[in-house]
Amino acid sequence: MAAYVAMLTKVGLEHYLVVGGILFALGIYIVLTRRNAISILLGVELILNSAGLNYVAFSHFSTGNVDGQIYTVFIIMLAASEAAIGLAIVLAIYQLFATIDVEATETLKD
Amino acid sequence: MDLGNLASLKLFHPEIVLAGTIILLTILDLVVANKRLMAYVGLAGCLVALAATLELYGTEPTLLFHRMVALDNFALFFKVVTLVALVAAIWMSIGSGEVRQVHLGEYYIVLLTCGFGMFFMASGNNLLMAYLGLELVSLTSYILTGMLPHNRRSAEAALKYLIYGGVASGTMIYGMSWVFGMAGSLDYAAINAAMSQGDGNEAGLFIAFVFILAGFGYKMAFAPFHMWSPDVYQGAPTPFTGFLSVASNAAGLAILIRFFYPAVSTLGQEGIWTFQAFPALQWTDLLVAVSIVTMTWGNLSALNQNNVKRLLAYSGIAHAGYIMMGLVVLNNDGLTAMLFYVVVYLIMNLGAFLVVMVVANATGREDMEAYRGLAWRGAAFPAVCMAVFVFSLTGLPPLAGFIGKLLLFAAIIEGQFYVLAVAAIINTVISLYYYARIAKTMFLDDPGPDDGPVTATASAVPLLGALMVLTVVLGVYWGPLLDYTTGSLGFFMK
Repeated sequence: MAAYVAMLTKVGLEHYLVVGGILFALGIYIVLTRRNAISILLGVELILNSAGLNYVAFSHFSTGNVDGQIYTVFIIMLAASEAAIGLAIVLAIYQLFATIDVEATETLKD
Repeated sequence: MDLGNLASLKLFHPEIVLAGTIILLTILDLVVANKRLMAYVGLAGCLVALAATLELYGTEPTLLFHRMVALDNFALFFKVVTLVALVAAIWMSIGSGEVRQVHLGEYYIVLLTCGFGMFFMASGNNLLMAYLGLELVSLTSYILTGMLPHNRRSAEAALKYLIYGGVASGTMIYGMSWVFGMAGSLDYAAINAAMSQGDGNEAGLFIAFVFILAGFGYKMAFAPFHMWSPDVYQGAPTPFTGFLSVASNAAGLAILIRFFYPAVSTLGQEGIWTFQAFPALQWTDLLVAVSIVTMTWGNLSALNQNNVKRLLAYSGIAHAGYIMMGLVVLNNDGLTAMLFYVVVYLIMNLGAFLVVMVVANATGREDMEAYRGLAWRGAAFPAVCMAVFVFSLTGLPPLAGFIGKLLLFAAIIEGQFYVLAVAAIINTVISLYYYARIAKTMFLDDPGPDDGPVTATASAVPLLGALMVLTVVLGVYWGPLLDYTTGSLGFFMK
């Protein structure tokens, strides 16, 4: 019991990793189930941020250097550029198809 | 040798030349009205970078920029492959009717940046550099795929590519974060040291490695991460599709080999690598399964394709499966065979896409009907070349593709992976059907009433001739190339 209380009161590496895992799973779930292109892009952002959270947590708790924090800064930067390109493509899709539903824009098929 | 920032610049000519060319093109785009000039400047920049790369080949392996980038023959080999593909892609773009519709300035800038990213995929010696190189290639590829204006196919392909690419690279860095946590470092040498001491949980590492394989496999179009490939190949401008099919595949292979060999395996006697991250779990079984599924899926899906670009996409997936056979055996013979196949595949696949471009330029079509009786419609030379390329892709002697397949098969039979060998041979037979169908359509079918004459674009003919001659010559005289690939296995280990 005492150990359980200690685990709840002191936030450690495991808590961050569990949150990271949940974020990752939610991101995959959103990508697989949503049909709106912007929602899918948001799911991709969740996946990227779950990895970023892991890096910061590992860097703080186990490796003792700032490599993980630096990696996370790069992840944020690349997520921003990916969102910029993604939104530009979604805009082009909207102009051509008048919808951003990924199933309604399906013309390339076997 | 570890070098600091300034000392590294002396061994960094190819990247400096390529980056300088990209900046020069950005300025030229603003001041020059004749955008064709941009193509020639880009071509010149790539050729200078190629000369610089060849000059560096054979230098002592060195780590540049505080261990971030490796300079060894392996990286230089893939830089040469990337630059050759870039030169061919720019040459194709000059004669392509499709590319003429896009903003040419931006097109060449982004194309060269894509090649620049591949340099870092091949030479990154750190999980961060590997990720940055891969993302630079991915982001520029999304832009190039969606570049055709007012084109539904192109925009849709770009969206699909972006979604699959985002998920695959996100999954990859999530896996990398676990490797980082268990090894305590981003540096490949430090990861290797941690793995050989048995740090980390075996099951956890296995899952992390599968996630990382997803990211690399998406670049090479392995099943089940190959879904983007047919759509992107069909939607993107043809010269870029040709570039993507060979260079993206090669760069994905480079990053994969550098991570799974020098970073997490150890080289023992007689060129045999030991995979030490999780000795209890059967890593090679997973690779065998992925390889068989990839080649079978690719070949079976290619059977009933009518769009030639889409057919070549599925053929590319099948070839990714063949190349992966070399990974399974975990020895230097397998690695040599993979590098050899990359070069051969570069030559024959670029050639096939060049013929697709010639036909699309003349007819505006990419479907199989546009190839009916091609040889008798004024395009005998492109038709003969296409026949050589598709039979080489099948692996028929005496063409280059046969030698490439022979080396791969020899490596896996020596490694006693008989199931894989049988699956690969069956797949080769299946692939003969759809490759031969292209040749049959070009030579034996009568042209339809609406099929007009096809004249090859003037700039395409010399490149087509060069690629065809290389395909034939490498099929009978492959010694120098084999020596070159064997010499390219110099990894930087420490």
